[in-house]
Amino acid sequence: MSGRGGGRNPGYGLFLIPGVLASLAVIVVPLVMTVGISFTRWTGIGTPQWTGLDNYTRLIHDANFWASFGHILLLIVAMAVIPTLVGLLLAAVLFDYVAKVFGNRWASVFRSGLYLPQVLPVAVTGIVWGWILHPSYGALNRILDSAGLGSLARNWLGDPQYALLSVMAVMVWFQLGYPVVMFMSGLQRIDPELYEAADLDGATWWQRFRRITVYLIRPEFYVVLVTTTIAALKIFGQIFVLTRGGPSNATLVPSYFAYKSFFQTAQVGYGSAISTVLTVIIIVLAFVFLRLQNRAERGGTR
Amino acid sequence: MTVLSAPARQDRAEDAGPLRPLKRRRPARWVVLAVLLVLVLLFVAPMLVVAINAVKTPADYASNGPLSIPERLSFQGIADFWVRVDFTRKLLNSFVTSLAVAVLAVLLSVLNAYALGIGRVKGRIWFLVFFLVANVLPQEVLAYPLYYLSKNLHLYDSLTSIVIIFTVIQSAFGTYLLSSVYAEFPTELLDAAAVDGAGKGRTLWRVVVPVSRPTLAVLFTFFFIWTWNEFFLPLIFLVSNENQTVPVALGVLQGDRLMDATTTSASALVGILPAMLFFLIFQRTLTRGITAGAIK
Repeated sequence: MSGRGGGRNPGYGLFLIPGVLASLAVIVVPLVMTVGISFTRWTGIGTPQWTGLDNYTRLIHDANFWASFGHILLLIVAMAVIPTLVGLLLAAVLFDYVAKVFGNRWASVFRSGLYLPQVLPVAVTGIVWGWILHPSYGALNRILDSAGLGSLARNWLGDPQYALLSVMAVMVWFQLGYPVVMFMSGLQRIDPELYEAADLDGATWWQRFRRITVYLIRPEFYVVLVTTTIAALKIFGQIFVLTRGGPSNATLVPSYFAYKSFFQTAQVGYGSAISTVLTVIIIVLAFVFLRLQNRAERGGTR
Repeated sequence: MTVLSAPARQDRAEDAGPLRPLKRRRPARWVVLAVLLVLVLLFVAPMLVVAINAVKTPADYASNGPLSIPERLSFQGIADFWVRVDFTRKLLNSFVTSLAVAVLAVLLSVLNAYALGIGRVKGRIWFLVFFLVANVLPQEVLAYPLYYLSKNLHLYDSLTSIVIIFTVIQSAFGTYLLSSVYAEFPTELLDAAAVDGAGKGRTLWRVVVPVSRPTLAVLFTFFFIWTWNEFFLPLIFLVSNENQTVPVALGVLQGDRLMDATTTSASALVGILPAMLFFLIFQRTLTRGITAGAIK
């Protein structure tokens, strides 16, 4: 069977019709519309007014826009960098130490516990933490008080100085289980003889981790890094529920900024420009990561 | 929950006796275990604290704080909250939407992937690139036009609009994943069906779908849970009380002045429970799927 340009044989195109029509209606047309609207001034009613690149020049001079991207960089640290690195170490410890010394069951229990936050709706995650971090009736401050550490109590989400840090901590909690699960299953692929050989050579655990685990896990490493980075760029639900971008924009992120422009300040053109920029960044990043991943896989031992 | 945890391999490691370097540092193993235990407890603690306080009276919370065991079990907070937001209705909305999306999106993914993965239609690479891009698009870039169009089509504030939108969004992922699975579909089976005189439609339903059922089950599970957890578009589209899904109903209640500590944790608990239930039911499919989907 050859897959030449003309296709294996004709007639399969028919099966693509529902998918193509549905994608046109829900993805292509709206996407093109948003890009189009980004060049106009429009409140959502009446006719949009063509203004060229006005929205984009306004964006460049908007301190809130830059702040929202600055916050995203910190959230990438919290949602992608820290979980990927810590997750790699944890997965290796669980797979190569806990499973061997204490048995598989322990490793599974730990993995499930770490993964649990990932299965909850993000809005519910927000409610749980919103309550824990609440300044007056929240659990954290109450616990600090009763432990005699009342001076450490803060308005965690309401103080501009701590709000983003608190959100970052919540996001590490939320995200860590995903890389652990991914890496642990990647490790199943590794030939145990590699580890045994390293043991015979007297390698320490750390040496084995660096030379074998890290090296062989690269495909999963890239996938985790891409998906978590993109998730950080798109973050909305937790921000909406925890802080609504406040206090005084201390936790503003691009997607919430766009949402506000669309539905609160009725600046649809401006919101469209924000989401267009965000989309371009995400697509470019995704392609860069994919190329890196392809190269790593081609050069690797797989 | 086992991720295909090659038991043979594990046995071998244990049969060989404790590995030398591990034996040398015996106390270290208990330190590792203790550190991990504390870490996992920290991860599960928020849910435990929520569960404890959801069954307390407000007075109990006020006098004994969040960590004490409830003086007596009180389901008043949960009951009050349930009635106040008509939670049965929200559960039903979430369930119906998620189920409809999961079924329709699997169907659409199968049709697309049949044409792309097995049929290898002309320009399939570009279709795949399109579905890949559709996969990573942030929803806010689609949100306003969808909102505007659905208003004009009188679909705004209806579960139908959400079902249509998420069917397409989820099937972008499904198409991408399934196409690479179908690209390696055994040709002998297809040829055999052709020899028996089966047309393309018949081959799809009688051969391709049954053979790929495990992958379809993974997709179904993912679509169901993802749709259940969705927040952004449902927040925009489902504005009226009777159409809201669970996450939207809970999300917009945040900051409600009538909420106290026990009601808040009661509301969190009723949001957590269905998600945990699905996790328990589907955990094998889920863990299998997370990794199957990613490394393609």
